[in-house]
Amino acid sequence: MGNEETEIQTASTENENLIEIKGLHKSFNHNVILNGVDLKVKKGENVVVLGKSGAGKSVLIKCLVGLVEPDEGQVFVFGKEISTLNYKDLNETRIKIGFLFQNAALYDSMTVRENLDFPLKHHNRNLSREEREKIIIKELEDVGLKDSIDKMPSELSGGMSKRIGLARTLILKPDIMLYDEPTTGLDTATSKEISALILEMQKKNNISSIIITHDMTCAKTTADRIVMLKEGKIIAEGSYEELQHSDDEWIKSFFD
Amino acid sequence: MEAIEEQHNFKSYLKKKFTGTGDSIFFAARFFKEVFRGRFQWQEFLNQCYMIGYKSVPLIGLTGFIMGLVLTLQSRPSLAEFGAESLLPGMVSNSLVIEIGPVITALICAGNIGSRIGAELGSMKVTEQIDAMEVSAINPYKYLVVTRVLATTFMIPVLVIYTDAIGFFGGYVAMNIHSDISFFHFFSAALAKVYFTDIIPALTKSVFFGFAIGIIGCYKGYRVTGGTESVGRAANSAVVAASLAVFVIDMIAVQITDLFQKHG
Repeated sequence: MGNEETEIQTASTENENLIEIKGLHKSFNHNVILNGVDLKVKKGENVVVLGKSGAGKSVLIKCLVGLVEPDEGQVFVFGKEISTLNYKDLNETRIKIGFLFQNAALYDSMTVRENLDFPLKHHNRNLSREEREKIIIKELEDVGLKDSIDKMPSELSGGMSKRIGLARTLILKPDIMLYDEPTTGLDTATSKEISALILEMQKKNNISSIIITHDMTCAKTTADRIVMLKEGKIIAEGSYEELQHSDDEWIKSFFD
Repeated sequence: MEAIEEQHNFKSYLKKKFTGTGDSIFFAARFFKEVFRGRFQWQEFLNQCYMIGYKSVPLIGLTGFIMGLVLTLQSRPSLAEFGAESLLPGMVSNSLVIEIGPVITALICAGNIGSRIGAELGSMKVTEQIDAMEVSAINPYKYLVVTRVLATTFMIPVLVIYTDAIGFFGGYVAMNIHSDISFFHFFSAALAKVYFTDIIPALTKSVFFGFAIGIIGCYKGYRVTGGTESVGRAANSAVVAASLAVFVIDMIAVQITDLFQKHG
């Protein structure tokens, strides 16, 4: 078992698959959510996961950071199997993964500055207050919200919250980004801005990403590859153009 | 068919209850593991002490004053009947220090602080803020639960001392409604009847009250599932469970104190 794991780990690193999911199964109260998902994400690649509501897209990415424990199957991130890691090692892996939640999940008792400072202060104890402040301002400039530094999350619009959430996630310089419906609940113009920002950040920092979305404009803008999730399984994958011309009615329904 | 269904429902109910009890025990036990692990969050602890302690001062103060006042006014006629009115300060101070101060403070805090913690953590849970902390590799239990539980454990005995002091003052005001007694005389008579062996059990049980209120509030909030309506339910059940816990701890504390006094 130990040798097998080492071989898999070595293989993953050589192929530069930052994420490798094998035969992932997950059920909640006899309700099957994931039914044998296999997925690989290469370094620098943007993978969009498309599927209807309740298809298990969010559960899939939560398995990658250990928020949800799979019933069966293996999840490798940076060549390490997530379910076998102890809490300390899991946290070391988590630092290199950014997760943007559907509603940004900003800490509502903290200002924007404190939201960004919170992870920075915890993981970079050698940085002085001034150094941290510079990094925070730089991240806020990157998402175009430097002026909101002293605002509370309740004073921000949906789009602004998403941008701040993105800045907070990127502040730890992750190698992998997981986006859980980054454009849901936003108007078309703001959705486009967020999609463009995701792409810009990915290019700038050479980040690998998994983007969970229903928004086809977001998928078109950001995807290097799209995978389609149906009834807990990946039923198709390819580029936006390839899937757009698919003969499958279910797949086509997303592009109409 | 109906009997089978009923049996199945009963089994599910029992399973749910046992799982819930086990889960709450593990949740509380985790506190003792996490409190000594890693770096302590001093800033959050002090912030919680401020929120729990300082912000409760007006409410606790008013309650303490009224309790001292009412206790004195209601006890006075009975003592006066036996011509033992001079014992009133001692009786009021004894009642306040041993029982009324700790229990009333704990009940007010169970309502005020228990519900606040339950609602705060519950809303953090449903809006994925706790998950956000977890995926940022920050231990949310250590940051949110340990600090709050320690703050309630530390601040409730402090608030009990404050309630007792204000209660004494309420008693002094009540005494002066019917008779004329100097501030110094009242306090000398009151404190003469308070012994070290009364203060230690009272403060010790206050520590347990504080721990119970903190851990129950955190548990109810931390285990919220579903939408925003479950946040309200969590806050409500935190108050009910914490208030009940206060009475149970008080009952156990009385038995233990009684045992020590018998053998002492």
